[in-house]
Amino acid sequence: MRASLFITCYNDTLFPETGRAVVALLERLGVELSFHAGQTCCGQMHANTGFRGEAFSQAKRFVHLYRDAETVVIPSSSCVAMIRDQYPGLFDELGNESLRKEFAALLPRVYELSEFLIDRLAVEDVGAYFPHRVTYHASCHGLRALHLGDRPWRLMAQVRGMELVQLPNLDRCCGFGGTFSVKNGEVSSAMLAVKLQDVVSTKAEYCTALDNSCLMHLGGAMHLQYAGMKTIHLAQILASTEASPAEVTE
Amino acid sequence: MSHAAPTHPVLDPALAPPFPQAALPVLRNPQLRKNVAHAIDVIQAKRARLVTEKTDWQELRTAASAMRAHVLENLGAYLTEFETKCTAAGGIVHWATDAAEARQIILDLLRKENASEVIKIKTMTSAEIQLNPFLEAAGIGTYETDLAEIILQLGGEEPSHIVVPALHVNRSQVREIFARRMGIKDLSDDPEALTAAARSYLRQKFLTVPTAISGANFLIAETGSVAIVESEGNGRMCLTLPRTMITLAGIEKVLPRYQDLEVMLQLLARSATGERMNPYTSLWTGVTPGDGPQRFHVVLLDNGRSSMLAREVERQTLKCIRCAACMNACPVYRQTGGHAYGSVYPGPIGAILTPQLMHMHHAQSLPYASSLCGACYEVCPVKINIPEVLLELRHQVVDQERKRAGRIFDPMYLGLRIANLIFSRAWLFHAAQRMARIGLRCFTRKDGWIHSLPSVGAKWTQTRDLRGLPSQTFHEWWAARRKEAR
Repeated sequence: MRASLFITCYNDTLFPETGRAVVALLERLGVELSFHAGQTCCGQMHANTGFRGEAFSQAKRFVHLYRDAETVVIPSSSCVAMIRDQYPGLFDELGNESLRKEFAALLPRVYELSEFLIDRLAVEDVGAYFPHRVTYHASCHGLRALHLGDRPWRLMAQVRGMELVQLPNLDRCCGFGGTFSVKNGEVSSAMLAVKLQDVVSTKAEYCTALDNSCLMHLGGAMHLQYAGMKTIHLAQILASTEASPAEVTE
Repeated sequence: MSHAAPTHPVLDPALAPPFPQAALPVLRNPQLRKNVAHAIDVIQAKRARLVTEKTDWQELRTAASAMRAHVLENLGAYLTEFETKCTAAGGIVHWATDAAEARQIILDLLRKENASEVIKIKTMTSAEIQLNPFLEAAGIGTYETDLAEIILQLGGEEPSHIVVPALHVNRSQVREIFARRMGIKDLSDDPEALTAAARSYLRQKFLTVPTAISGANFLIAETGSVAIVESEGNGRMCLTLPRTMITLAGIEKVLPRYQDLEVMLQLLARSATGERMNPYTSLWTGVTPGDGPQRFHVVLLDNGRSSMLAREVERQTLKCIRCAACMNACPVYRQTGGHAYGSVYPGPIGAILTPQLMHMHHAQSLPYASSLCGACYEVCPVKINIPEVLLELRHQVVDQERKRAGRIFDPMYLGLRIANLIFSRAWLFHAAQRMARIGLRCFTRKDGWIHSLPSVGAKWTQTRDLRGLPSQTFHEWWAARRKEAR
């Protein structure tokens, strides 16, 4: 099985440990992983802020880079949602016939990480060991756009040593929302305050998710408030073993 | 009792401050946030229970969505049919291009009736056209008969929700308003006592005011009927006692057939109030001699709707049946309540409807008043893809921005334009990462975190720290690893 890793712009810049974990995890499962050096961004930030032409140029770039990939793995649910939900409209409006055809052929081969593990590799037990109390935040895009359903739960259930605590109000947005977090910084913070109460109420050591953007928002507040909790991308938990525990940033 | 009606403050999108500013006083108001969150949680829980018991909920949504889309594609024909049938049944149909025309039509009708007072069934459309202050200024006393609307009218408050307009007011505040405005000493905040006070206040109006104004939940093309759903029976009173009824309805409210109510009423009651059926569902067709109002007018309001109809993505906004499920589900609305939206239509539906009703000349901050979490789309009984419309409107706002001379001084605009350039070439992106790493170093504390950033960054760091940039990006790590392996 060959897969090309689209790491996403913000993971590349801010969360390289998530990328390293995806590499460790997938290589352990026998996936031959490649990384296209020309990759930058999927265009989500531009699309969601109303910069449609700019988003189109990123979208076009993505298709050109990955049209020959056997599969594409992306450890960010919102970026996959961008590709699945917004690229078709962008290409209908601004693209040509050949671009639309290339995209249509590529799309079924684009996977979010938990989809890749469950749907493509058909594995639930990835051999992970993570002896901590953890709560899972179901990012809105994973929940309502990708319909990830029980995939993350099936993966987490097999992690040895991990105590999984249910997060109250699981389907409620954390308030990140990309540029929303600064354009409506105060409202975003109010939503964050409410979400953080729920997260803290679980008394977990870690809050995990399949999207580092929500975790950057939650983790930033945890750090500011000395909440005594940390955030960690699920890839890092799944990559963690007894021999090679998860990298956790201070 | 004399009713010196205050001029009802109006939520006017043309005058309202942008959403982020308008939200601030609410975010700082613990009472208001508690009231809103509590009220919404109650409705949400009731709705969730009743939706779960409907095994065909998704099929109902699909049917309703298709029906509403069909109506919008054939709106002219259905409106003509409605006019014909309503006229044949003794009603008189008026057409209003905009708010000013609708207000004038209604005022002229009231003058012809020699009306000095009018009683009203709850109608958000009349709030949309700012009818009450207009009639008051013309010397006609307006009396709301819906309990929540009475609270707002007597308290000089503005609606913050389209189904539960006084959702932001709790019962001790209601007690205060009633005691003060109705002159009742020793009024308790017991719901029964408050309802009794409202009842005796209303009874007098029902018995003495011969002219009424209503909105419409649905217009039925096939029969020329109007349908109103309500919970308190005040609507039924207004439809029984007065001699004249004036109904104000947006042109999108029409349904093809009487039977279509079967789908719509099941969805509406569950979505709006978490009930299997509304306590009162009133349907009337023209005039019935000896029974109910003997003069009946319908004012059909366009006010920007037909221009929405012409646009493919935005058209779905008009499928809305005003159930408010989207605002109840919205995590933004839950924090800000309705007033921050500066419009009688708050929440996600307001965020797409209001700017369009203003022809995109006002309320441009509203399409951004969403984290795009998709909860609104998930609950919408007629499947309006609100996030999709939000994005379409954001695109239009940015296109307006592109023509504005001062745009390059907006750090957000400038930042996104530069980011686009950076993302167009990997080497540029990598250079920008290196520059950011160096540039942010002076903001990064010893613990490796950034606690304070200037400009737009401050909007982030005001409530969140930001981890300093790692010394190695992922792609640098990958390249180094490859090199090592060779």
